[in-house]
Amino acid sequence: MSNDNSSTPEHPVNAPDGTPVPYETHVPTHRETEPIADPGLPPHTWRPTDVDPKAEKRAERQIAAMFIAAMISAILFVVAYFTFEVGDNWDTFAGMGASTVALGLTLGVSLLLIGTGIIHLARKLMADHEMVEMRHPAASPQEDRDATVQALNDGLAEAGIGRRPLVRNTMIGAVGVLGLPAVVLLRDLAPGNALDISKLGHTIWDPGMRLVRDVVGTPILASEVEVGDLINGTAEAMFPTEENGYPELHGAEEQAEKAKAAIIVVRMDPDDITPLEGREKWTVDGIICYSKICTHVGCPISLYERTTHHVLCPCHQSTFDLADHARVVFGPAARPLPQLPLAVDDEGYLVAQSDFTEPIGASFWEREKL
Amino acid sequence: MSTDSRIDTSKVATSNGTTAATASKPGPAGSLASWADDRLGLATAMKKNLRKVFPDHWSFMLGEIALWSFVVLLLTGVFLTLWFNPSMGHITYEGSYDQLRGVGMSESMASTLNISFDVRGGLLMRQMHHWAAMIFIASMMVHLLRVAFTGAYRKPRELNWVIGCLLLLLGTLEGFTGYSLPDDLLSGTGVRAADGFLKATPVAGSYMSFLLFGGEFPGESIIPRLYIIHVLLIPGILLALIAAHMLLLVYHKHTQWPGPGRTEQNVVGFPMLPVYAAKAGGFFFMVFGIIAIMGGLLSINPVWKYGPYDPTKVTAGSQPDWYMGWPDGLLRLVPTGWESVIFGYTISWNVMLPILIVPPMMLVILMLLPFIEGWITGDKRDHHLLQRPRNAPTRTAVMVSLMTFYGLAWAAGGNDIIAIKLDLSINQITYFIRVAIFLGPALAFWITRRWCISLQRHDNEKLLHGYETGVITRSPEGQYAERHLPINETSAYTLTARDRDEVYTVGSDTDASGVAAPNSRSEKLRARLSSWMYSHNVQKPTRAELEEARHHAEHEAELQSGLDHPVDGHQFDDHRLRDTDDVPLRDH
Repeated sequence: MSNDNSSTPEHPVNAPDGTPVPYETHVPTHRETEPIADPGLPPHTWRPTDVDPKAEKRAERQIAAMFIAAMISAILFVVAYFTFEVGDNWDTFAGMGASTVALGLTLGVSLLLIGTGIIHLARKLMADHEMVEMRHPAASPQEDRDATVQALNDGLAEAGIGRRPLVRNTMIGAVGVLGLPAVVLLRDLAPGNALDISKLGHTIWDPGMRLVRDVVGTPILASEVEVGDLINGTAEAMFPTEENGYPELHGAEEQAEKAKAAIIVVRMDPDDITPLEGREKWTVDGIICYSKICTHVGCPISLYERTTHHVLCPCHQSTFDLADHARVVFGPAARPLPQLPLAVDDEGYLVAQSDFTEPIGASFWEREKL
Repeated sequence: MSTDSRIDTSKVATSNGTTAATASKPGPAGSLASWADDRLGLATAMKKNLRKVFPDHWSFMLGEIALWSFVVLLLTGVFLTLWFNPSMGHITYEGSYDQLRGVGMSESMASTLNISFDVRGGLLMRQMHHWAAMIFIASMMVHLLRVAFTGAYRKPRELNWVIGCLLLLLGTLEGFTGYSLPDDLLSGTGVRAADGFLKATPVAGSYMSFLLFGGEFPGESIIPRLYIIHVLLIPGILLALIAAHMLLLVYHKHTQWPGPGRTEQNVVGFPMLPVYAAKAGGFFFMVFGIIAIMGGLLSINPVWKYGPYDPTKVTAGSQPDWYMGWPDGLLRLVPTGWESVIFGYTISWNVMLPILIVPPMMLVILMLLPFIEGWITGDKRDHHLLQRPRNAPTRTAVMVSLMTFYGLAWAAGGNDIIAIKLDLSINQITYFIRVAIFLGPALAFWITRRWCISLQRHDNEKLLHGYETGVITRSPEGQYAERHLPINETSAYTLTARDRDEVYTVGSDTDASGVAAPNSRSEKLRARLSSWMYSHNVQKPTRAELEEARHHAEHEAELQSGLDHPVDGHQFDDHRLRDTDDVPLRDH
């Protein structure tokens, strides 16, 4: 690996009288102005283990003891593996499974003892005299550089590419255009109409669709919602039954619709609400509904403070005032939460008047176009 | 005394072979080497490298921690792949963990639970893998700081610095792709935020998101795709770059601290075989062992407590792993409403700036540091001696300034946790950091630079006037003074073993006929920056100054000791003794 400059002596750094040997040109050269001359390497000192056979034997015994203890610990690992059950007793010891604790300790102790044993060996018994190696410039010798440049130029001249621009340019062009297949091949990462980004513009909500509680799927009676309540909800279509007649959703489609349909429903004193112009009829007796998905980067918002009507996103602390069309009162979000226009059906259940009137969730380039 | 021939190895312990495998007596190792060399011809390359010299210092171990924790990551990672199923197929969990039995989740989450509760040693390996990842990234960062603060990134090591920065970037991405794999509620929230980042990209953002997720978020493709990135693509690049990093280290030879006999031209230390092989090999076992104990005793990423991912749910206090904390903090600092609509297209400055612009910019600044410094100083020499941070005040101050920025951004990433733990208002913490992130780095720069320069002055004091003994003397006139004594020669030489800073001046690059370099405007800028960087620094004393100070001190000591001839002051301490050859086996 190193530059094989065999003319340089391998070891001496200083001449015997302590004066530095001549320096090469690639390094600082103003040593003659140094205020204090280099006193040279300090003398080597012997360790107790070098001169005292007792100390030497003691070190040997210490190292061997560490290796033997490492063996014992490794065997204990095997014992622990077959002794301790995993499974339902995973928190028997300090909130952790006995198996995990025992395996970790025995494995760790065994490894640590091998490590300390080897390092102890290196420090106490291996020769500890420092060696000196000369450095060489990172660059190759000038004659090698010249020869390489010559070879490079000879090769390029013989290839004749520089003299034939037509060949050169079409070759570069051909290889360049080959990038197109490479890029186009990635098109089907989202095959067919899976790449239809217009899906971002609408959700599963439809006029007249009931609001349901998100875990159990039961519809929400307007009269049962108390002032100060916050209900995590979703669209009834996420819970298809034979009665409601919504189609079954599966896999990716179900997950995507679920991610967009999430809502929060709150009820507050109708006088507290300052409706946006045109949204006066979107609430039902102080019951108001917003998308649960934060307009910043799309986390579901969750923390509601009923006295202020503020709701906070736990990811980046964007805070929305639900009484004031979910205006952003703090944090990095730029837009209010989209509001779902509400109505009540004949049975008194909350329903949507329509889909959201704007894309929900994080912003994206084409957002205003969808 | 510095050459091998002058070392009497007869006293070396008999148990240790100082004359392994020589040509005259091949021995078993020699025979094997001959067999291999007949086929591979490695002897020429190995001739020097087997006994290659590495200098010793505790700070050179930091990168080694990163290397060994990466090896632990490979070993534990392979174990985990034997059971992990990177699929988003929906199943009902039927394993050992009571609270989630009967709950629907993806197969990746279920197999993560299976590894944790039904595979013996599985939870240990999972926790070791996660701890090793934390240690990997943390040790890379501390190693990076060591390299920067000591100027080890100067020529000829600039490219290895760039490789190191890329390793840090890839390590971070590897960490993100790794902790996203279990498909639990916390990691899923992180993936959803990442989807938001992608969508904030102008023009192509929506398509990038749809292509990555195989359609609309969350899709069923993201986990298998992250998996192959995590176990093949990034580790492959990491391995190649680590190999390049190590090869360049061997080729350049390690930097060393200046000291008696340790110069720009040599490297002084212990040979690879046997001492460094043993120390580094032993250290691997120690890193491995400590990670094993951490994996056994310290719970990390208990995904069963978060539950499976559900795009409509989130936990309070959602945090990414710590190394992703600073961009997350920048995200939290952006004031409300930074979004614009131009020609009907939405530009989300509130996401672009803290995620897509500032962090990549910081990485580029980091990678360019050695090149910027090299250009300002105009220094084209190779540097193998490390600098103490105080002796490069501007560089040290720049690094501390960058660290302050990082630290404040990171603190912002935990603003909710800080608010809860310290019972403070999250809004006020955020307002404070919004201002501090600009003022803090500037203040840190100024304080650090002045601090370094003061320390340089202190070094010169020690050289010129000696150290403070704590001995107070009273003169016959009743005047009190503290006695200063000279520091020993080794310390004095080490303090002076640094280059004088030369401020770059316009015209110093003129050619032989005195014609100024053509790009004189950039030359002027360079001269100004060089003056800004160096002109406040304290230079080491000259030989004449030292001589004069010594005469002065000897005269003082003569008066104080009541002798009638000049003395060096060492009759008051044992420093003279310390520099002599006839005191064997001193233990300090």
